[in-house]
Amino acid sequence: MNDRLAAAWAVLPLYLGEHVLLSAAAMGLGLALSLLLTIAAVRSPAVRWPVLLVASLVQTIPSLALLALFYPLLLALASVSERVFGRGFSALGFLPSLLALTLYSMLPVIRNGVTGVLGLDPALIEAARGVGMTDRQRLLRVELPLAAPVLMAGVRTAAVWVIGAATLSTPVGQTSLGNYIFSGLQVQNWVAVLFGCVAAATLALIVDQLLGLIESGIARRNRVRGAIGALALAAGVAAAALPGAGAGRSTYVIGAKSFSEQYILSALIADRIAAEGGAAARRTGLGSAIAFEALAAGDIDVYVDYSGTLWANVMGRSDVPPREQLLRELGEWLRRERGIEMVGTLGFENAYALAMRRDRAAELGVRTIDDLAARSGSLTLGADFEFFARPEWPALRDAYGLEFAGRREFQSTFMYRAVESREVDLITAFSSDGRIAADDLVVLDDPRGAILPYDAVVLVAARRAADPLLARALMPLIGAIPVDLMRAANYRVDRGDDPEGPPAAARWLADEIARRARQ
Amino acid sequence: MIELRGVSRAYGANVAVRRVDLSVPAGQLVAIVGDSGSGKTTTLKMTNRLLEPDTGDVLIAGESVRALPPHLLRRGIGYVFQRIGLFPHLTVAENIGITPELVGWTRPTIAARVAELLELVNLPAAFAHRYPAALSGGQRQRVGVARALAAKPRIMLMDEPFGALDPLTRDALGAEYRRLHERMELTTMMVTHDVLEAVLLADRIVVMRAGTIVADGTPRELMNDHTDPAVRALMDMPRRQALRVAALLDEPEQSA
Repeated sequence: MNDRLAAAWAVLPLYLGEHVLLSAAAMGLGLALSLLLTIAAVRSPAVRWPVLLVASLVQTIPSLALLALFYPLLLALASVSERVFGRGFSALGFLPSLLALTLYSMLPVIRNGVTGVLGLDPALIEAARGVGMTDRQRLLRVELPLAAPVLMAGVRTAAVWVIGAATLSTPVGQTSLGNYIFSGLQVQNWVAVLFGCVAAATLALIVDQLLGLIESGIARRNRVRGAIGALALAAGVAAAALPGAGAGRSTYVIGAKSFSEQYILSALIADRIAAEGGAAARRTGLGSAIAFEALAAGDIDVYVDYSGTLWANVMGRSDVPPREQLLRELGEWLRRERGIEMVGTLGFENAYALAMRRDRAAELGVRTIDDLAARSGSLTLGADFEFFARPEWPALRDAYGLEFAGRREFQSTFMYRAVESREVDLITAFSSDGRIAADDLVVLDDPRGAILPYDAVVLVAARRAADPLLARALMPLIGAIPVDLMRAANYRVDRGDDPEGPPAAARWLADEIARRARQ
Repeated sequence: MIELRGVSRAYGANVAVRRVDLSVPAGQLVAIVGDSGSGKTTTLKMTNRLLEPDTGDVLIAGESVRALPPHLLRRGIGYVFQRIGLFPHLTVAENIGITPELVGWTRPTIAARVAELLELVNLPAAFAHRYPAALSGGQRQRVGVARALAAKPRIMLMDEPFGALDPLTRDALGAEYRRLHERMELTTMMVTHDVLEAVLLADRIVVMRAGTIVADGTPRELMNDHTDPAVRALMDMPRRQALRVAALLDEPEQSA
């Protein structure tokens, strides 16, 4: 068997189990709420339109955005609950995913339920009243049983949607089959991407067929059929729940944002913790802002961020102080304002940098961003999804008077491909990115110092700040990773020829760190 | 037994029934006839509170129907209507047994009552376990009548009960119901647009027009003498039809 396929198989029980549990919980909660709302909606036209309208509106929100929106909402709720009841809860991972998917599951069930009940022959309603049923008896004995086949069709639709959308819960920190897709996309492991897609689609198909069995069991009043479907579903959920008790609370949770370097560093830290005798779990593929808030809330224990990111995005500063001063102020601010311990810098910088093909730069005679300014009116800039919303962009633009002919945004893998294939003239690369050397790109100098320093810093949550095991695990990494080493490690993943991806690159990096330490 | 006192009911600006008074003594079978829109169905439905009157009151055995919650009232009154409304997800036996079940009879009592009713409405006992979809129109309405009778009501309300059936079935079922009415000492209000059916089945005929009662009497009284020309034309129709039918016969069967 192909190595990548074997690696994907190995984590399938974990990913699939989490995916099933999340989907089942969302469907269960969604179904209960949908039934209540359906009942309210068929009884009262005043309730019907608002309910259907809101459910339809929820459906128009892209599912990824819906998941992302629940994180800050829950975070606010958690801090309120902490203040009022003295107890918070984790706003990361399961809960936001559950709530978003629950909302997402409701429209088809409510719509079909309402249609099913209101579409019943009025003679049946008259008969139910005529024989002396109460409203409740009419609902339970006549309306719901007769609308059940239509309702079940809605449940099937909802289940397929939820199983598909659950792959998008990875960026908010919930493990799912989406982990294959997000990390695979990042590290160009197409086998993993495809594996995740096929696994999610297969799961959706199987669940759809089992629900279909229940549906036809109801329609044909065949109890055996319905029971087989229900039992198979229950068995599937139970099987997923069995190994689920794995990660206990004493486990160190390491966060990672969604790019190669972060996957490698989280794997490296996990290995270090394991080497010191601790248990480590990784929450990878987190959104940039989510990773920091998760740490502040104690949902994750440790992760690597970048000084410039924290300076601009978290502290909200727009000035550009010298490197050492920035690090000092940042460290003090983090401890004072958020209780977060900045353990130290890893030794390399991952800053935004404008990069272009060497031949293109020579052709245009461009070496610095100053040289670029005069030419920018005829050039197209490719950027990642974040860049134009960050303070670097206006700072850079205003400092040099940049005015590009075109701007395009890409997922970073495709951004490098775009400059390679000359679709764009230059890109917003990262200084530690292995592809800069590999693709023979040149980084343009920033003589005016418009771009913030982006030192990689290790952050530890307040409750782990004085943890001796974690300190022992992290210390050997501080100042130990120069930029050439990080670039090389990143490149091992990004060129996509290392079948085991980030964990292997992390082991290689650990060996290199140890080798250089001995020298 | 049933007494309507000045009941009125409007649907928006359209007044369906205006201040109707009607008293039906125990044991009587009253047919309410009239054109569509004359208010006969509305009058019937106000009796078991499927519709609430805007004004006036309905008394059953001397007590206002508002003394009971509607569902309890309806459990004591049989209701049969043209579209039957058998529950498609329940068997014939479950359909017939629904009101006794709601009232809280025991299973064996219900089963015995279902068997008894199937026999009363001339259906084979084997039908008990069939679903309504497997029955003909006439068989379904027999089940509808059995369902209405199941919890032993004293009063039956029937809204065009045989209106959707073929003529032979309709005639047979009408006659059978008349015998049930006598045997079980029921009080029945039956809405029909078929004057012949009213004449042949009812003890008394009430003619409605535009929401009011314009004639009230035994079939014999109304057929032989009425001052209102429209009522006279209506009540004369069975006789005129009988004459036209008689003219088609080759030879008179009887010459008495």
